[in-house]
Amino acid sequence: MGFGVKFPLLPLCSPEADTALHRLQDTTLGSLTMYVVPETSSLLPQGTNVYVGKHRSALLRAGGSLAALQARLRQVTQLMSFTASSIAAALSDRVPDGQLGPDARRYLKSSLGYEITFSLLNPDPKSHAVDWDIEGAVNRYVKPVLDKLSLVANFSVDSQILYYAVLGVTPRYDKESSSFLLSAHSLPHVINPVEARLGSSAASLYPVLNFLLYVPERSHSPLYIQDKDGAPVSTNAFHSPRWGGIMVYNVEAPASPQASLPLHVDVDMARVMEVFLAQLRLLFGLSREELPPEILLERPGNEGLADWELDHLLWAHTVENIATVSTTLTSLAQLLDKIGNIVIKDDIASEVYRAVAAVQSAVAKLAQGHLHAAFQASKEAVTSSEKAFFDPSLLHLLYFPDDQKFAIYIPLFLPMAVPILLSLAKIVRETRQHKKEPTKMD
Amino acid sequence: GPSLPALPCCGCRSLSPGAVPGWHLLEGCGGTRCGELLLSPLPTGDVAATFQFRTRWDADLQRGAVSHYRLFPKALGRLVAALGVRELHLALTQGFWRTRYWGQPPLQAPAGAELWVWFQPTVTDVDKAWKELSNILSGIFCASLNFIDSTNTVIPTASFKPLGLTNGTDHHLLRYAVLPREVVCTENLTPWKKLLPCGSKAGLAVLLKAERLFHSSYHSQAVHIRPVCRDASCLAVSWELRQTLTVVFDFFSSGQGKKDWSLFKMFSRTLTDTCPLASQSKVYVDISPKNKEKELLEVSPPPTSVHEAVVQGEKKTYAVYDLLSPSLFNTSRSLNVQLKWKRPQDMEMPIPILHAQRYVAGYGLQTGEICTLIYNTHPYRAFPVILLETVPWYLRLYVHTLTIITKGKENKPSYIHYQPAQDRRRPHLLEMLIQLPANSVTKITIQFERALLKWTEYPPDPNHGFYVGSSVLSALVPSVTAMKDMDVEQSPLFTSLFPSSDGSSYFVRLYTEPLLVNLPTPDFSMPYNVICLTCTVVAVCYGSFYNLLTRTFHVEEPSRGGLAKRLANVIRKFRGVPLL
Repeated sequence: MGFGVKFPLLPLCSPEADTALHRLQDTTLGSLTMYVVPETSSLLPQGTNVYVGKHRSALLRAGGSLAALQARLRQVTQLMSFTASSIAAALSDRVPDGQLGPDARRYLKSSLGYEITFSLLNPDPKSHAVDWDIEGAVNRYVKPVLDKLSLVANFSVDSQILYYAVLGVTPRYDKESSSFLLSAHSLPHVINPVEARLGSSAASLYPVLNFLLYVPERSHSPLYIQDKDGAPVSTNAFHSPRWGGIMVYNVEAPASPQASLPLHVDVDMARVMEVFLAQLRLLFGLSREELPPEILLERPGNEGLADWELDHLLWAHTVENIATVSTTLTSLAQLLDKIGNIVIKDDIASEVYRAVAAVQSAVAKLAQGHLHAAFQASKEAVTSSEKAFFDPSLLHLLYFPDDQKFAIYIPLFLPMAVPILLSLAKIVRETRQHKKEPTKMD
Repeated sequence: GPSLPALPCCGCRSLSPGAVPGWHLLEGCGGTRCGELLLSPLPTGDVAATFQFRTRWDADLQRGAVSHYRLFPKALGRLVAALGVRELHLALTQGFWRTRYWGQPPLQAPAGAELWVWFQPTVTDVDKAWKELSNILSGIFCASLNFIDSTNTVIPTASFKPLGLTNGTDHHLLRYAVLPREVVCTENLTPWKKLLPCGSKAGLAVLLKAERLFHSSYHSQAVHIRPVCRDASCLAVSWELRQTLTVVFDFFSSGQGKKDWSLFKMFSRTLTDTCPLASQSKVYVDISPKNKEKELLEVSPPPTSVHEAVVQGEKKTYAVYDLLSPSLFNTSRSLNVQLKWKRPQDMEMPIPILHAQRYVAGYGLQTGEICTLIYNTHPYRAFPVILLETVPWYLRLYVHTLTIITKGKENKPSYIHYQPAQDRRRPHLLEMLIQLPANSVTKITIQFERALLKWTEYPPDPNHGFYVGSSVLSALVPSVTAMKDMDVEQSPLFTSLFPSSDGSSYFVRLYTEPLLVNLPTPDFSMPYNVICLTCTVVAVCYGSFYNLLTRTFHVEEPSRGGLAKRLANVIRKFRGVPLL
């Protein structure tokens, strides 16, 4: 972190300063540059003490004691890299329930790649002929974001149009607004019937992010989503943790009821993509939490996310990868402990060694702050450990459990036990008799 | 290598714009999405219903990192793009099409699962792609296609040519496999229906009700993907997905000897609307007069039009119902096509020109013989046929016993391709080009020996027998009726999958019966019996030793009471009563 760079030029406003300073900065992943400006500087607007730029820098207004500045510095550093809660969220699968907020499990698990599928659901093709320029929209809005995220994982994007795909819930008719309503508590039931139509990603193993644009049937239009308090949701969309998002796109009723069907609808992609990109950010855990008003965040612009947000994601994913590797290796070790005579091939052993070495180097790099190297090492560790764990030769069903072996030898053990048991019975009987005999003598 | 015979096969021609008559057929459907249903009464009184849904996608699947699907199903599109598939043909069939009695099928498939795929020349490791493809298809269609491995995959050299646009026919890019044991059921139909843009919610697909479709003599569903010309000039490529479903209902036995039928009787549904995405949606009813007399059958409601065509060498008359014509649903809200016979009649069964039969001969569990009978009933024309035989490795074929006899004389095939099996690695492949003289029966026999399998290689219920997949006959059959340049736009479905090369003959692919062969089967309980027996012996020995070691022995006074007293004492000893 660099301190005390003064800005001697003309009075600029903060975004321009951010752009200008970007050239001077250290641009490696994970680095942060803090500029402390004098208390009286006009660089920051009135009432704002911190300005976080698009890249990896922030402007802080000096003021108060040195301790106060230090506290502020720490707060901004955490905001721009990681906090205890963001790390806890990344490890949410391994943290017991109750210790986490409700949002913690929303984030996508770290993976080497993701598939993003945009689906247009048209349940009523008789009334609506819906057309969307998804190709243009993807190139214009989604690609810049994914190009930036390509450091984190591989992304593939495709889209489809599904006809006669209906939601699992019949919306309620509201007389007052003469519209149909989907209440918040029925939303969990919406996805299941649609999911069956989406088609699985048979050709790859990456998790799929689904973004559905639902054009309601003519008989159920307009359709609005209500939140828990019964107020309509302004975006008319909702998202499901680790699955994706759904947006309801209402078609305006034709001016004359006699208009010929089907009605041609051209989807306003800017409106739709705005919502889907916001959901994408949410799914990756890049939500901008409520911040005190003294902190000003620069909007990320066309790329959808700022450089420091990318770092934020990388920190969390690196930690999650390391945790995943340790869990995988632990369960592998447990499996091997359980089956004594399992055969471990050399290539599996070398994968395990590689995973351990990679995870150690990831931890070391993480401690040194080399974020990119640490992330790469953690990815490598995940790949190696999964390869070892999912090797078909380690299927525990391939090995005879001991109780079955015992069952096979029952025909041996049972007849052999008979004379032993008989003689045991005899011994017991004889000892009893010996005990009885002295009393008889009396 | 051996030079390939000049194959009388369709489709194996290079991309030559507009010059090939067959490719014009692809324009018959006009739009991007067509649905057709052909109902044809069979000579035996059964009714065959053939559905065909075609989706055309004017895009090149092979290119582009970002893929956007509209009508074409995403699951299949991604598969084709990811694995470099040029052509894919998958059929899942329950039952056997009895060519001899039912006539030439529009689209036949062998019992069980059949998959054949042409890969792009850019695919470097075809075997790996094939393995991956069969696994993914297995997931998509809920079928056991994942059991396709090197032991049941062959590379035919002549029988299967690409049906779509192609620049070459290097058969190393082809893979063919049949799983005759596969049972087809509802779980395979549901994913098949899901590939239709309208699902089973609208259009012809509402008739596809699983409980009716599987209550039938024959059920076959197929998926064909191939590249086709986008337009007549053929400068760009489109991808065509053809989903077909053939089902044969037995009405003669279930309908109290009456051959009358209706859509509702067959599918327990009627047609009420069309899929709004379809550019063509038609129902064809085969009302061809079977003999020279005037029509004996009556269809109701009156059809939109009547169309005559020569299909597969026969003159056919079709009653056509165009579901997109507004007049059809005006009079009544639903369409229930009915067919009534005006008076009972004995239909003489026309015998198809080419049909075949196959069986296993021989007795005992050591050797056997596979016999194939191929019939050419054409009165004066001879024609060649390609026979493809795939036999699993555990039937060891003796190639020197291969005999082909026609009319009592040996018939020498003009082309033979034989690839011997390797134990547990690959099956036998035998391909022959045989000339069938006019009005003749050709008998092909080959002897085999049954191999002994390892005990873990037997499937469940091994005494049921082992299936040997159908053999495949491909031929250009000369037509009895001369075919004109017919108005193909009006002809139903299948005519465009196997375009005929000229007017005098038509392409036929037939499958024979699958065989069920018994292999010597061991007694699987034997290992356990051996364990039991050995253990008992060991236990008995152990018991005597144990007694010898643990019992104390006393010298007994010589008994005076003789045998009777000793016996009495033994019994008393057991009872615990004082001895005598």
